[in-house]
This record gives sequence, C-alpha cells and structure tokens, in this order.
Amino acid sequence: MSAQILSFIFVGLSFALYIGIAIWSRVGSTKDFYVAGGGVHPVVNGMATAADWMSAASFLSVAGILAFNGRDGAVYLVGWTGGYVLLALLLAPYLRKFGRFTVPEFIGDRYYSKLARVVAVICLIFISFTYIAGQMRGVGIVFSRFLEVDINTGVVIGMAIVFCYAVLGGMKGITYTQVAQYCVLIFAFMVPAIFMSIMWTDNPIPQLGLGDKLNDGSGLSVLQKLDQVTTELGFNTYTVGTRSTIDSLAIIAALMIGTAGLPHVIVRFFTVPKVSDARKSAGYALAFICIMYTTIPAVAAFSRLNLTESVHEVAYSEAPAWVEKWENTGLIAWKDKNNDGIMQYRPGHAFIPTKPVFTEARGDYGERVISNELTNNSNEMYVDRDIMVMANPEIAQLPNWVIALIAAGAVAAALSTAAGLLLVISSSVAHDLMKRTFMPDISDKKELLFARLAAVVAILIAGWFGINPPAFVAQVVAFAFGMAAASLFPPIVMGIFSKRINRSGAVAGMLVGLCSTLAYIIYFSFIAPEINNADHWFLGISPTGIGSLGAILNVIVTVVVSRFTPPPPAQVQDMIDDIRIPAGAGVAHEH
Amino acid sequence: MNHSTNSKGQPKDGCRVYHHDDAENLPPHSHHDKETLSEVNVQSYWRANVKVLTVLLSLWALVSFGCGVLFSDWLDQFNLGGFPLGFWFTQQGTMLCFVAIIFIYHIWMKKIERAHGVDDDEGSIDNHPTNQTGTGAQP
Repeated sequence: MSAQILSFIFVGLSFALYIGIAIWSRVGSTKDFYVAGGGVHPVVNGMATAADWMSAASFLSVAGILAFNGRDGAVYLVGWTGGYVLLALLLAPYLRKFGRFTVPEFIGDRYYSKLARVVAVICLIFISFTYIAGQMRGVGIVFSRFLEVDINTGVVIGMAIVFCYAVLGGMKGITYTQVAQYCVLIFAFMVPAIFMSIMWTDNPIPQLGLGDKLNDGSGLSVLQKLDQVTTELGFNTYTVGTRSTIDSLAIIAALMIGTAGLPHVIVRFFTVPKVSDARKSAGYALAFICIMYTTIPAVAAFSRLNLTESVHEVAYSEAPAWVEKWENTGLIAWKDKNNDGIMQYRPGHAFIPTKPVFTEARGDYGERVISNELTNNSNEMYVDRDIMVMANPEIAQLPNWVIALIAAGAVAAALSTAAGLLLVISSSVAHDLMKRTFMPDISDKKELLFARLAAVVAILIAGWFGINPPAFVAQVVAFAFGMAAASLFPPIVMGIFSKRINRSGAVAGMLVGLCSTLAYIIYFSFIAPEINNADHWFLGISPTGIGSLGAILNVIVTVVVSRFTPPPPAQVQDMIDDIRIPAGAGVAHEH
Repeated sequence: MNHSTNSKGQPKDGCRVYHHDDAENLPPHSHHDKETLSEVNVQSYWRANVKVLTVLLSLWALVSFGCGVLFSDWLDQFNLGGFPLGFWFTQQGTMLCFVAIIFIYHIWMKKIERAHGVDDDEGSIDNHPTNQTGTGAQP
C-alpha cells in the first residue's frame, strides 16, 4: 500500500480514537471538565501534560534545528526541559493550592486588581497566539506532504481540522484524549528513531546509539563521522558550538522561565487532587517528555548523515523520490548553479530571499524553477529544517507504515497542544475578560459564545501566521516563551514568595517586561531584519534570548514600584499564607 | 469574625490563627475557612521549604548553566559511552538531572510536610488535631 493511503488510514484511525474518547468521557457524570480533573491520577495527568506541552515544534522542528545546528541547537532542549524544574518547584504546588482555573485569575486575585487581570489576559493572549501559530505551521507541513498539496493549502486544511476538533471533541474529554495523543506521538517518534539507530549502529536504543560506533566497519563513531562530514563540506563542526556564551545563557534562561510561564501548561496542575500530586505530576510529565527529548539528538544526528549522503553530489535525475515530493510542497528547492545536473549541498543560503519563490516552469531536469536571486556560494539546495522528521523515514527508506505513523504522530502533537491553547485563549477571553471584568452580568450561554468566538478568531490569526511564518516553527514558539518569561512568570513567583509585592508593582512590571521584549523581537525580526546579528544585539543577546532580560527588567520594576507604594491589604497577605501550605486544598472550582 | 483582620494579628496564646473568612472581599479560594494551623509549624515549614528550594535550584542552575554551557567545553575532555561529556550533557544529561531533581523535591517535601503536620495525606487530620477540617476531601 502506498504511504499516502496508509497515512490516511493511520491519521483517520487516530482521529476516531480521539473522538471516541471525547464522546466516552462525556457520557460519564463529568459535571464539568474542571471537576473531572479532580480525580485525575498524577501519572495520567503527567502524560496529558506531556502531550499538551510537546507541540508540533517538539515533534517536527527541534530535531531539524539540532540536525542543522549541531551543538548550538541544544539550548532548546536544555531550556525547554529545565523550565519544568522551575514549574514544579516554584509554581505548581502553590497554584494548585490556590485552586482556580486560569492564570489571570491568580494574578487578578493576588494583586486585587482588575487592571492586573486584564494585563495578564493580554500577555496570555500574545503568548498563546504566537504559540498556536507554530502549531498551524506544523499541521500544515504534515498535510501538505501527505496530501501532496502546497504548504498553504496544508495550513488551511489544518485550520479546518483543528476547528472541528476543538468544537466536536469539546474540552471535557481533553485529559484522556491527550493521554491517547501522547501514546500515539511517542510511538510514532520512537519507531523511526529505533530503525535509524539500528541501521547506522546496530544499537536498538537511539540514546545510546548516538554515542556508538558505526556499523560500516570504518571504526568511526557516529559523532566522529558527523564531525568529519560537516567539516569536509564546510559546515560548522557538528559537536562544536559556535554560539556565544552570553547568548546561550540568555536563550536557555528565557526558554526556562518561559516554559514555567506557559498558561496552558500551568492550568494542567489545577486538575490533580492534591498539592503533593501537583509536584509528582510535574515529575512524571518531565519524565514522559524526556523519553522523546533524549531521542531527538539521535534522530537529528542520523538524519543529518542520511540527508547528506542521499543528496550531496547526487544527480537530480537520480535523486530519491522524496526530494521531488518535498519539492512539490515547496519545502525543498534546487537551482543548478554550475549546470552539472548534480545537487551540491553546502553551507550558506543558496539564494535570496532564503525561501524559494517558484515559477510555474520546470527546468532541464524536471526541477521546479525558482525566481530568487542567486547567491555566489556553491550551495544549490534549500532544505526546510521543519521537514527533517517527516522526511526521515523516506530518506532512510523505512517501510511505508512508518511514514504514515509519523504523519499521525505529528498531527497528534499539533492537535493536543492546539486544543490546550484554544482552551486557554477562549477561557481567558470569555471568563477573565468578559465575565469577570467587563460584563459581569452576562449569562453562561453568552460566555460560551464568547469562548467559541475567541477560538475562531484564534484559529484564523494562527492560520495567517502559519502561512506567513516569521521564522521556523521552533523559533516562532521560542518567541512565545520569551514573552511568557518577561510577562507572566515574574508576577506569579513574586506573588507567592513575597507578601510585599503589590498591585502597582506587578502591573508596571508586566507591562515593562512584555513591551520591552516585544519591541526587541519586532525590531530585529520585522523592522530591521538586516541588522539581526550579534554586532547589533544588546549585550550580544539574540531576540530568542531577550525574554530573560525582559524578566529581569520586570522583577526590578516590580520591586522598585512596590517599595514606593502601599503594601497589599491584609486579606491578600492571608491568602498568600494559605497557598503556601499544602494542607486543605479543595477541588478546583469556578466562581 | 472573632479574629483581628490585622494581618500582623496579635498572637493569642502564642499561637497565630488564620481565619480565611476574614478575607471577605475576596472570593473564597479554598474550602477550609475554619482551618487553623499553629504559627510555629507554619513558619518553620516555610523556612524548610525555602531551604529545599535553594538547594535544589542551585543544583538546577549548576547542571543547566554550568554543565550545559559554562563548563561544557571543559567537560568534553572526559568520555561517557562514546560521548564527549560536555556534549552529552547538552544532548541528554541535563534533562535526566532535571527529572531527578523534581522527584527528589517531591520526596523531600513530603517528608518535611509530614514532620510539620501540614501535609495533604488522606486521613492526616488525625495526625495533627489543629487541622480541623478535611484535607482535599471535599466533593
């Protein structure tokens, strides 16, 4: 059976499973999604959190970034997983004790201010929209490949499916659906990784295979071979980092603080029965995440070897079938600069702009003709980093069912995250913004209507960004982390650990943090992208890492302003005392 | 409402009592308004908690910023299962340490909470009679 038909079957089956679970969990006396959460076991919750958190970026893009950047790419691994420690130690137990559903609710109550709540909602919306845009791009890439359509059509199909899924599946069965999605995506990710590890090293465990010797009798280890290949072609040596220390530190810090500030992950910890379960649940979540995250470097290394071997110095007419298929989606392009009919894959951008602009015509060898201006280096290939995981099974010539599995896994990853984000966006808009701030008298029915409208608007905007992405999926997502770091994390942590921080301080801090970070990112990504390099960066910190500086700025502003304004009222101080003690946490409830 | 709303609440019988129904301007945030815990326990619990956090977060910073970035190149001179050690930390090692840190935190805190009588175990009410109401047993 062809990979395309198998993909249809696998994705279809997985969908049937998710919808089945959604219907099944609706039948029970789940009075509400929220209360249902009260009985979720920490292991189950950990698995759901892992699925919620591991997005299309984790599934598709991180391995690609690592494959092309080698050691430099590791900041994403360390940053995203390290944030979990902050989340578990500084936030999860206290927010669970607080016992409400949304992050703006905590900030609104802790800082006894509607303004603080509104500012938190704005921060949250910024973060969630950026994040969901990455998911749409991811779904788009999956559909464009396995339906063999243009990437933009793929994004539109993805939008339609996410929309139906969010409405049909509802939010009630979300926990158990996400458990199923975790199983699908981890299986889909591990199978090709194990295949590739065996193929190159005979070692069935990819994590160990990465450090192993190659089985081709050369006596080289995988890493030595990679270093050799990359150096020979003129790329940066794979295991040697090129990023400056300060930038690495800043990016890691921004990603860590950002992970801990992600609203859709924080809310997960409201759904365990006890405070101690929130801690345990965070541990399980990270363990489940790490099964995949420690495999990613292996996948990256093997796919880099595979890619180079099957493309570089190979005649286009003899190129493997996947090259043409990905070329049709617009994610691979080749321009025969030296007219030898052979693909040269070397460092540097092959043309300007870096993304190919295709004409309708076909070239001498049947390749798609591009209208970009050429650069004068010897690289002839454009390979989109986001295709690495998807293309892997084909590049490694694995059976068709593995290709289909990857498609199902990537869709699961994107859907689980998108659903969690949509829940957060719609509940924030409908509940925090409308019901609790501007229109306290609206009926439940109207609140629901606002929630749906917010979800629709979110999907549309996300789709637009999916079609016109400002960067690669993982980078788009990284910006979201930067904003979460600079705006939401500091007021939550300081609100728990200090009784002196007050309303004025928190609001000023959030605004300064968010605006400064946003301004920096917008300036270097959109207004002046031509000077987006280390020489012009503030202190040598890239836009991806600026969130850490934003967070520091946020803390300073908050502390200083709080010092010169009156302390929080006694009730709030009592509330802080209360959330610091684990005993007596009721079931999370709505007001 | 028999208790002063002054947050610094004058200690009565050397024991400060939290009354959350004092917080009438706020929506109730947990269902244990009559719960009382002695101040001594709560304060020493919080100090122990902060100590745990300091130790574990130092470890966390050492692993991620230290092994992951600052001493990463230096660690490369050692070898672990075919990996240069620094490279291994950036690709796998830090993450395994993170998982360990969270589970250590969970176990350590559980111990401290039991010792201070502020834990949320089922039936723990019997262990510390000052805790008057149920602990998470609400419907």
